[in-house]
Amino acid sequence: MTLELILFIIFALICAVTSVLMITRSNPIISALFLILNFAALAGIYLLLHAQFIAVAQVIVYAGAIMVLFLFVIMLLRPEKEKLLAIAPRLKISAFVLAFIVLVQLVYMIFVSGSSGSVKANAEMSIKAGTIETIGTELFSKYILPVEAVGFLLLAAAIGALVLAKKKFE
Amino acid sequence: MFVVGVAGVLTRRNAIIVFMSIELMLNSANLSLVTFSSFSGNPVGQLFVFFVMAVAAAEAAVGLAIIIALFRNKPTLNIDEINILKW
Repeated sequence: MTLELILFIIFALICAVTSVLMITRSNPIISALFLILNFAALAGIYLLLHAQFIAVAQVIVYAGAIMVLFLFVIMLLRPEKEKLLAIAPRLKISAFVLAFIVLVQLVYMIFVSGSSGSVKANAEMSIKAGTIETIGTELFSKYILPVEAVGFLLLAAAIGALVLAKKKFE
Repeated sequence: MFVVGVAGVLTRRNAIIVFMSIELMLNSANLSLVTFSSFSGNPVGQLFVFFVMAVAAAEAAVGLAIIIALFRNKPTLNIDEINILKW
């Protein structure tokens, strides 16, 4: 077993276990902390996939900005502990059935339908594709319009959040 | 991870945890995008993940602001009790 495989297994296990722990904790702060751990392990997987830029962005944007926002709101609102699965049994059964259908669909797609075979693994290209140089060149040449649109979207979101949180809801 | 996110959205009644489950689903989609992008050596998938991250950040900010506004209106986080949009 190579080091890469061992690291991948460790990170993948952390991801899977923390995501399950996240939706089963009754205290929202603890589940937010598990989600941060999940995002950090995901950043590790991205690094193993030679996607340095995305890994760094994952740590900064998700584990940093978004989760701090979440923790801040949780502590601001101080929610009461909820009883786990305290919903109507009919709803609970249909929720699990729906989740199971999605699982079956994913497993079918992965194992039964097989690979198309037209896409070949290309280690050299994949290392090159993950560098910040390639991504930056693509972003600011071919995809300049989406970048501007995203900038505008973020501005609108910031203003909208301010207005929503400031005004009294009548 | 996507399945866990779906189960989280459907079974939990705390608005913030439902929100975090949505983030989980976004991340599982991101993971498959990055995987295929690095598998085929094509940087476009990683660009798309970058845009998804920006949209997720905007969505988180607005969603949490809505939660705060709702909480001010009615001090509960239980999504069964938040039914002011119902006819």
